Amino acid sequence: MINFLQNCLDGAMIGSSYSLLAISFTIIFGIMGRINLALGPSIMLGAFLGTWAFINLEVSPWTVAMVTIIATILIGIYVERLCFWAIRRDVAMASMVSSFAIWMQLEEIALNLLPERTYPFPKLFVSGTIEIGPFFLRYEHLVTFGIAMLSMLGLAFLLYRSRFGLALRAVSESRKTAAYMGIDPNKIIFWTFILVSFFGGIAGYLLLATDQQITPNFGLWATLKGLIAMMLGGMGSLVGAVIGGVVIGIIEAQTQWYLGNAYRDLSVYVVLFVMLIFHPGGLLGNQFAHKADIKFKRV
Amino acid sequence: MISLLALSAYILLVSGEISFGQQAYFGIGAYISGMVTAMLGWPLWLAILGGCLISGLSALLIGILTLRLSGLYFSIATLCFAEMVRLSLFSIHFQIDIRGEKVGPNGAEGFADIRWIFENDVSPLQFMIIIYLFLSIVLIFLFILERSRTGFIMRMIGQDALLAATQGINVVYFKLLTSLYAGLIAGLGGCLYAHFSTYIEPNIFSVMLGVHSLAYGLIGGLGTALGPVLGVIVDIGFLEGIRVLQGYRMIFFGGLVAIILVFRPRGILDEEQVYRLKRWLQKF
Repeated sequence: MINFLQNCLDGAMIGSSYSLLAISFTIIFGIMGRINLALGPSIMLGAFLGTWAFINLEVSPWTVAMVTIIATILIGIYVERLCFWAIRRDVAMASMVSSFAIWMQLEEIALNLLPERTYPFPKLFVSGTIEIGPFFLRYEHLVTFGIAMLSMLGLAFLLYRSRFGLALRAVSESRKTAAYMGIDPNKIIFWTFILVSFFGGIAGYLLLATDQQITPNFGLWATLKGLIAMMLGGMGSLVGAVIGGVVIGIIEAQTQWYLGNAYRDLSVYVVLFVMLIFHPGGLLGNQFAHKADIKFKRV
Repeated sequence: MISLLALSAYILLVSGEISFGQQAYFGIGAYISGMVTAMLGWPLWLAILGGCLISGLSALLIGILTLRLSGLYFSIATLCFAEMVRLSLFSIHFQIDIRGEKVGPNGAEGFADIRWIFENDVSPLQFMIIIYLFLSIVLIFLFILERSRTGFIMRMIGQDALLAATQGINVVYFKLLTSLYAGLIAGLGGCLYAHFSTYIEPNIFSVMLGVHSLAYGLIGGLGTALGPVLGVIVDIGFLEGIRVLQGYRMIFFGGLVAIILVFRPRGILDEEQVYRLKRWLQKF
């Protein structure tokens, strides 16, 4: 029983950064009705630039975090201009494939930057474990959880209490109506990409700092985790994305403990597959499912 | 062989679905056909038949399960299935002794020694001819399909499934038919791949392969079955040929694809272009 609870705790801590990734996907999907496959790879390349600075210039972990986040934002802007802003508004599929093409590009750049497969990633400034009753918590996990929660609160404040958030929600409700109200949808989408890349960069940094290593596969990994968490929670629902991320973290921790490493990823896919077949709307966000679907279907 | 996978993604694209999971059927075809030739000693044609049938049937099964889903839901469900297949392949250890050697899939180590073409004295050139033969058969089949009522209905469902249903078309039936065809073609590609490379491992059939095939279909164009083949030629034939770009190939290819898609969101050979080409050909 204690093991079970301990796994839940660990899973929820790691899952909080999945939630951040899922939120990033959800916001982009909500506002454009499109999927940005290149989000994971742009985080990966940002982190590679951070690692490059760490290895060649021997900067502090703080600077690595800054470099990672800023680079991710810049790459996010590049992706937005090329794959989303430039492509006609009625072809969602082309954007997706185009963002995939950019993914290939980013991965190749990362490989040319640092040609080895695996690099050490600077760990967070804290380490060690803390003991609360029968449970053990790693400081890294606590910091990850804390920062993820803070970012989510900040995001919720931005979305529901600021003029920018109002504009963003208006555009994702109906682009045309928002434009009539004097909101420039293109500008809002541009800033949304910056926002999303910022949170993606934070999530990527936290995940990598916990793992303490980075490979070019991180891009694929991050995109998949974000997409899965988003689908599990329910598309277009922010709360759903948070819950989806945490649930995936917990499922992974439990299967790793009880069934072994080989089944870790498999179990998540099985859960999501069964979920999609019997309750496609996800854990939450059923009312959005239909609308989002129609948006996507108009290729 | 990759062309076949791209063609299988193309059929689904035409009928309006985006599948991230065609590589699963490719993998199933490769493993099944490899197992029956290497372990049971079946001839190649029977192996290809069996491999195709099983991939086709599994595609049909997944088609039935995912019938209710469309758009992104369908994409992610197929992605899940493909990853499930790939990860299960890691835990398949099933080897038998043949002439003192262990043969068969061995989890993460892969499945080596699918040596049918060596044992039967088929030279690589002959096998290439076999592959192209199959590719052209599939292409001809697709051309006939496109001109037939079925192909027309598939395109119609891709444009608007609801409208198609109001015209009295059995959308469920045609969607399943599309999945079946797509599975068969991907399975055929897998069979040929396994025998051509003699070695397969689960990681070959990752998401990357599936999304690549999707991208080929979309670069080449959705107007004709030649589109996906054109996409493969552009990537593998053209860019790999340019040695100067070694190591930077994907940077150029990625950029090129993104730019092509800005100007032609449905690929180089989209429906309009195909129509224009046909008109142009009719002048002669």
